[in-house]
Amino acid sequence: MQFQSQAVAKPYFIAAIGLFVGQILFGLIMGYQYVVGDFLFPAIPFNVARMVHTNLLIVWLLFGFMGAAYYMIPEETETELFSPKLALLMFWIFLVAGALTIVGYLMVPYATLASMTGNDILPTMGREFLEQPLITKVGIVIVALAFLFNISMTVLKGRKTSISLVMLLGLWGLAVFFLFSFYNPSNLVLDKYFWWWTVHLWVEGVWELILGAMLAFVLIKVTGVDREVIEKWLYIIIAMTLITGIIGTGHHYFWIGTPEYWQWFGSVFSALEPIPFFMMTVFAFNMVNRRRREHPNKAATLWALGTGVMAFLGAGVWGFLHTLAPVNFFTHGTQVTAAHGHMAFYGAYVMVNLAMISYAMPMLRGRTANSGPAQTMEMWSFWLMTVSIVFITLFLTAAGILQVWLQRMGSTPLGFMAAQDQIMIFYWLREITGFVFLLGLVLYIWSFFCKKGEAQTAA
Amino acid sequence: MSETFTKAMARNIFYGGAVFFFLLFLGLTFDTMQTLPKRDHRENITDSVVRGKHIWETRDCIGCHTLLGEGAYFAPELGNVYTRRGGPFIKAWIAAQPTGAPGRRQMPQFNLTDQELDDMVAFLKWTSEVNTNKWPPNIEG
Ligand code: HEM
Ligand code: HEM
Ligand SMILES: [Fe+2]
Repeated sequence: MQFQSQAVAKPYFIAAIGLFVGQILFGLIMGYQYVVGDFLFPAIPFNVARMVHTNLLIVWLLFGFMGAAYYMIPEETETELFSPKLALLMFWIFLVAGALTIVGYLMVPYATLASMTGNDILPTMGREFLEQPLITKVGIVIVALAFLFNISMTVLKGRKTSISLVMLLGLWGLAVFFLFSFYNPSNLVLDKYFWWWTVHLWVEGVWELILGAMLAFVLIKVTGVDREVIEKWLYIIIAMTLITGIIGTGHHYFWIGTPEYWQWFGSVFSALEPIPFFMMTVFAFNMVNRRRREHPNKAATLWALGTGVMAFLGAGVWGFLHTLAPVNFFTHGTQVTAAHGHMAFYGAYVMVNLAMISYAMPMLRGRTANSGPAQTMEMWSFWLMTVSIVFITLFLTAAGILQVWLQRMGSTPLGFMAAQDQIMIFYWLREITGFVFLLGLVLYIWSFFCKKGEAQTAA
Repeated sequence: MSETFTKAMARNIFYGGAVFFFLLFLGLTFDTMQTLPKRDHRENITDSVVRGKHIWETRDCIGCHTLLGEGAYFAPELGNVYTRRGGPFIKAWIAAQPTGAPGRRQMPQFNLTDQELDDMVAFLKWTSEVNTNKWPPNIEG
């Protein structure tokens, strides 16, 4: 750790991992409800478990991004953080607001929660991923603004590297596009149209800038490759991201009431969206092969390489699979979508956060890298989680293809519930694999407490 | 990457590309906004439809169902449920939940009034009339 103020990243990373555990537990609850429908009903209905699962995911990824920014920006700009106090204050506000929201979901009927929290004044709730009460949404904006102020002031007074500028752009974009979550017209078509300005323009737009910047930072650190080379790659990758991804939003405008021409724009541009993800893979491997130093943190390098590969598989390959309009006509809103959602979120945003945490956490604990046995344990967790997400994706893809076949094709299509009964076996397999994922996650956390072997100090 | 291709060139492609394609996106959005009224039949969005959407949202129906293919995949598509089942069935169904059948997926009881049930149906009816380019592939959704 080169700057004192980088230390504020630590609580952010710890909270991120804690919420990650919660996310997976609720995933397992839902996975079980998929096979035993009345499990925990009516205490935790499926929709409640789902909003806890997905909102915890988003919130912990945001904790991870913020922690990453607080760690990276001082080192990149070669100056202390503008205000570590503000960063800590925002940490607690965000954590408490997040926890209260989750408690609200679990303890209060959703309709009651809505009327308690001002949803009748400005209705924003009850839309996928944006289920948060109005006051939570406002809280997110306040925390984001204070965070952006802190980071921007730091960049302004320090060295302006490309990595820090790209990170900043991505984070500002994240905040700006979140503002569309406050726009909820009573015309469903308009509602859906602009809902995607938050959801798609996040994961296939500005978040990829954050992803690229974080990956570039970790790669510079572990490979020692020249900054000029890495930053050139970074710019080309994010250029391709926005060139393909902005118009690529059209792959969500096929069947929601929007004009037919979106089938062309959406299909063509989103079919090119795998390119930046492929470049990320090539980039990561290329830099590691051209490394100028042997960094003792092998686990961080593994996560960085894994991010490249799995982001390409999940977003690139599984995205492409259903992105052309004639295919999407059949797969739209099936388990194929869920399969893609899981591998893409894991491969891109979970893994890049874990790569950053893997690199930064030892530094924050006063060492260059964890001991050999601790790293071995972490690498085991890498393989357990990654292989299980691959299998979860494969099972859901199989379920999805059968679902399409049974319910949407042929002359005597089955109804939704009848088709679900036919593909139950894949939901069982998914749930079992989910427990392997949990095991990987437990091992990951365990690796932080591994006392065996000597941690490496000075590099 | 070759030496003649500099970081400054890469940066310019990024800024130029981002601005160009964002403006194109705004242009397409503008055009879409002009054509939408003919496709979403907004003249039929009555007060009842508006209230229905509000009930849809405050019960988080999207947390189990898809609506025009977006949402959760735990329960049937409802964008065309009005065509599939009709208004009276929908009202009776919602009022009868949960089924309590052991091991079967359960839908909560929302205690909606008759007026609220009518609003819900009005919203689903309006939704089923949106021009979705012939999606879903068949009546099962
Ligand atoms: C890391 C990047 C990505 C993430 C995290 C991601 C995540 C997701 C998620 C969660 C959904 C479901 C949204 C919903 O609930 O309605 C989705 C839908 C979709 N994604 Fe991605 N995605 C990524 C990149 C891509 C890419 C690069 C492509 C295309 C090549 C793509 C194609 C699609 C399509 C076509 C759908 C709509 C599926 C449907 O019609 O049901 N995604 N994505
Ligand atoms: C490992 C155990 C997990 C299980 C059993 C699980 C299960 C589920 C289930 C049942 C759903 C709801 C699908 C539906 O709407 O019908 C879901 C949604 C989702 N989960 Fe998970 N999940 C797990 C892990 C994860 C992880 C690690 C991530 C992120 C990397 C994740 C991200 C998501 C997302 C983004 C959605 C929304 C998908 C969409 O809208 O298409 N889940 N999960
Ligand atoms: Fe998308």
